[in-house]
Amino acid sequence: MTAGPARRAASPPLVVLLPALLVGLAMLLPLVYLVIRSAGASEAAWALLFRPQTAATLGRTALLVLTVTASSVAIAVPVAWLTVRTDLPLRRLWSVLTMLPLVIPSFVGAFLFVSALGPKGLLQQLLAGPFGVDRLPEIYGLPGATLTLTLLSYPYVLLTLRGALRNLDPVLDEAARSLGYGNRAVLFRVTLPQLRPALAAGSLLVGLYTLSDFGAVSLMRYPTITWIIFQQYETAFDRTIAALLSLVLVGMALAILLVEGYARGRGRYYRSGAGASRRSKAIQLGRWKWLALPLVAGVTLLALGVPSAILAYWLVRGVGAGEPLLILWSATRNSLLVSVLAALVAAVCSIPLAVLVVRYPGKLSQALERSSFTGYALPGIVVALALVFFGATYARPVYQTVWLLVFAYVVLFFPAALGATRAAMLQVSPRLEEAARGLGRNSLQVMQTITVPLIGPGVLMGAALVFLVTMKELPATLILGPLGFKTLSTAVWSAASEAFFAQAAAPALALILISSVPMAFLVLRERSLAPAGGGRPPA
Amino acid sequence: MAGVIRRQYLGGAAAAVGGLLAVACGEPEVRYVDRPVDRIVEKQVEVPSDPGALVVYSGRSESLVGPIIGQFKEATGIDVAVKYGSTSQIAATLLEEGQNSPADVFFAQDPGGLGAVANEGILSGLPAEITDLVPAWARSPEGKWVGLSGRARTVVYNTKTLSEADLPDSVAGFTDAQWKGKVGWAPTNGSFQAMVTAMRVLWGETQTGEWLQGMQANDVKVYPKNTPQVAAAAAGEIGVGLVNHYYLHRFLQEEGDSFPARNYHPRAGGPDSLVMVAGAGIAGTAKNRENAEKFLKFMLSQVGQQYFAGQTFEYPLVEGVKTNRLLTPLAEIKRPNIDMVALADLRGTQELLRGLGILQ
Repeated sequence: MTAGPARRAASPPLVVLLPALLVGLAMLLPLVYLVIRSAGASEAAWALLFRPQTAATLGRTALLVLTVTASSVAIAVPVAWLTVRTDLPLRRLWSVLTMLPLVIPSFVGAFLFVSALGPKGLLQQLLAGPFGVDRLPEIYGLPGATLTLTLLSYPYVLLTLRGALRNLDPVLDEAARSLGYGNRAVLFRVTLPQLRPALAAGSLLVGLYTLSDFGAVSLMRYPTITWIIFQQYETAFDRTIAALLSLVLVGMALAILLVEGYARGRGRYYRSGAGASRRSKAIQLGRWKWLALPLVAGVTLLALGVPSAILAYWLVRGVGAGEPLLILWSATRNSLLVSVLAALVAAVCSIPLAVLVVRYPGKLSQALERSSFTGYALPGIVVALALVFFGATYARPVYQTVWLLVFAYVVLFFPAALGATRAAMLQVSPRLEEAARGLGRNSLQVMQTITVPLIGPGVLMGAALVFLVTMKELPATLILGPLGFKTLSTAVWSAASEAFFAQAAAPALALILISSVPMAFLVLRERSLAPAGGGRPPA
Repeated sequence: MAGVIRRQYLGGAAAAVGGLLAVACGEPEVRYVDRPVDRIVEKQVEVPSDPGALVVYSGRSESLVGPIIGQFKEATGIDVAVKYGSTSQIAATLLEEGQNSPADVFFAQDPGGLGAVANEGILSGLPAEITDLVPAWARSPEGKWVGLSGRARTVVYNTKTLSEADLPDSVAGFTDAQWKGKVGWAPTNGSFQAMVTAMRVLWGETQTGEWLQGMQANDVKVYPKNTPQVAAAAAGEIGVGLVNHYYLHRFLQEEGDSFPARNYHPRAGGPDSLVMVAGAGIAGTAKNRENAEKFLKFMLSQVGQQYFAGQTFEYPLVEGVKTNRLLTPLAEIKRPNIDMVALADLRGTQELLRGLGILQ
């Protein structure tokens, strides 16, 4: 598996190129809108953009992107390795639980972390009795924003890493060991380099998510560029300045994409030799188990346990105070409906683009891939308003229907699907496709019979990711949803924004519980590792 | 009996729409009709131009206004479809939709949102029979929108460490050294900015700027909005917070009377005792104008006003409706004499706040 340059192939077949072009261009709609809106910018608006404060804001934003991405990698790498490659007790349970913080909306998550860890939060109250702690240090600013966003977004890295770790071919490990590499050398010189694309893809998702987040940074009082864009909408009702700032944000996203492009490398990751790959053996943790278990449990407790516990506390307190507990069947059904649709559409759309990007690298495929990140990097409200602009004027029949809403979700979350599909695609050897073509199959048949079945699990992972983030999506759902359309996330927002916490807790808990079902399904259907210690019966 | 009438009415409406569709599509009308034709004709006359559900864009959340909209549906039999969102999001949506907006009514949390869409010519004028129901200060002078409930600026304070006697006569007193690091505010919040606008009108630019700088120098704590400030005041993270009055009552409702925070309406009065309105207007493109007017009248009826007083802890604006007994009566708040339209324009205030580095 030496890193050689990717093979350059002939021009892509139309069956790949056309859909890929269509998807790539659709993703650029928000950008077109921003350019139209910026065209009318007054001199005052430009002056507002070119201020020293703007540079300071960009610096703060870049710093937060760095800290959140680095912390997410630091959490995700050990958790992924422990839950995929080792015999950690209750491995499957941890696999599901450590993914779930992804479904907590950031506006709820940040509020919960402030309630728990704020200067006078629940933790302080717990410590006040036995230790006389009067006030905890302030978490506001960079530390609080980093903590919140890391705990809510490390699962992006975890998910892509899990996929990559599971598909590692043990032959490489064994070859390295036979050449005299020790455990540590195998980890740093064989395993980690193979994980590079997955790490880069996951970090990219975390970085861009950080860029686009409003809920956490506003509650943690850390003014990033997205917060300032929101201020323009919130209080100035100035769409022009918001559009100008959003274009700056797109520029930042492009810079992050370039860094990722460099970090991702250009190696080959498929098997080049003959023979089928085997399942890896689970690594026996032995005594290390007692270090590994608290680590994974600690992450779970902090990222999922603390928020869930506070929600449950609010719910119990509210019910105790006699508040009616509404069962939100229709909101649940709506959430599931749009999330499943968005996941399916995004996953299907990701296939042609992933094939194009991996098999036919070049200027065009790179441009299409990067353009598909536009919606993801922008705050949801910007994408939603762009689609209001186009929808109300040019697409009246689908305006305020589920279809335009699903389209918005795909624009917002497409990179989550593309990343997973692309990672899976990288592990498919082009020799197989060539062989099929040599045996007389056309491009479409090769896709159907060879490519898609091989990348299936990766595509499904991408779909799952899109499902989870769609479940919690708020601004596009509010703005573009059909009239009277309610989802679990709008129900949480509706109650939480007016400080009706008990009413917010029920849908928020439902959101977490319901999301855990597809997560559990995905984890449980993963092929399990070969039993530890080769063919020996378990002791 | 009313139920029967309503069903016929709606059936008629559906048939009328069906008829319109049939004409538009050039298909035989028979496809839509499963009852004697004479009855349908009769009902069509009854609702000559009803285009279907009344479309309300609500910048106020469902937990606040959902129940009263439900009561409106029940009382009138008019079908209502609602889009919920924050006032600014809904205003931006209306601006993007422009002439293609399906909205009939815009129900906003603050005058700022109404002003922003009214300035772009999106709202049409309201009849005097609606606007005259509220006092002059609580509506747009051009009759573009009308206030439906009142919301007061106030100071929320921690009752464990402070009593009302400890608090200064006016928020001007919070620049005093004894309040260093103990005051919270939410400069990005529209209501806060409305208060600063009122200060600029009543105190002048210089004095307002000095107060803002004094607050900054006094290590004022920044919050994104009102709710976390009330929570922080109760937790003792701050001593006092500059907020709107009703959030406290939501906390009291959930946590009980032991919740250690209360509101204080400054003794001296002035811009810090501002009473703003949540209000509504009718879109110029409204297809359902008649029902839209019924909707506003219902919100200003005894039933509507009592709902706001009793359920959302806001101030009723129509004469003769009682204020919630937990609230300081409106008459006791030394409300500054200021035009709501002056409050709707926040640009000058934002420039001031930006110049001082309070807003980015």
